[in-house]
Amino acid sequence: MSESLDSYLALSALLFAVGTFGFLARRNAIAMLMSIELMLNAVNLAIVAFGAFVPSLRGDASVIALVVMAVAAAEATVGLAIVIAIYRNRRTPLVDEYTQMRE
Amino acid sequence: MTLPQTVPFLGWSWNDLLFLVLATALLGTALMVVLGRNIIRSGLWMIACFATLAGVYALLGTPLVAAAQVLVYIGAISVLILFAIMLTQTKGGPAALVFHHQAWAAAIAAVVLGTLLALVVTSTEWPLAGEYAATSVRAIAQLLFSDYVLPFEIVGVLLLAAVIGGVFLAKRDEPRDEPYGEPPG
Repeated sequence: MSESLDSYLALSALLFAVGTFGFLARRNAIAMLMSIELMLNAVNLAIVAFGAFVPSLRGDASVIALVVMAVAAAEATVGLAIVIAIYRNRRTPLVDEYTQMRE
Repeated sequence: MTLPQTVPFLGWSWNDLLFLVLATALLGTALMVVLGRNIIRSGLWMIACFATLAGVYALLGTPLVAAAQVLVYIGAISVLILFAIMLTQTKGGPAALVFHHQAWAAAIAAVVLGTLLALVVTSTEWPLAGEYAATSVRAIAQLLFSDYVLPFEIVGVLLLAAVIGGVFLAKRDEPRDEPYGEPPG
């Protein structure tokens, strides 16, 4: 089981689905960002799994995974800064109360 | 004392047992992140989720990615998210309604998506997939500083831009006479 590509890819798919649910269902903007991190982690797991099982991708997959991590860190920085900036004006972290642009 | 070749009574290899334990812990902690009512607890469960995933990376034979996972996700991103949670906590405690009213539709969509993805990846024949093998740190380092040196530098510039952008966005503005709209509640 630990030596088949399918089990790791299925685990990654399930983790991605959990992250999708969190992103769609949570009301708190920071909880949505955490769900995005879960989804990014799921994709990274798939990349690393391919790297471990496909001989021609062995080193490349690790490098790609490291780059994805760095981009995820940049995304988290900017995303959280935006959430804090909105919180300062609207006094709530709940996304369904951000109705300014609809009015 | 040496361990037996397989798990006693079950007959599995130790790696299989480790994979099952890590996979269960990974999905369990991820569900706790998504379903928990208290957002600070969600943030703490997220740290556990990232640590478990580092274990999966180690099991896959990529120790450098596992170490980077611990450093970047547990060390940096989790701390950032916990600080953001503390800065945006409302006084009334956790909101009464954690999920949107349409959460049941999101649940159905996520279950369908997960089943579909899992079915597709397990039923596909991966023609290039061969035997499992560990990746040496030396090979990654040589690739990173030869073939991938340009992406490496670009990521450095991207991180610098993100830091500057984050500081600019989160910086307190000049005090205004009237705020944008009334705060709700």
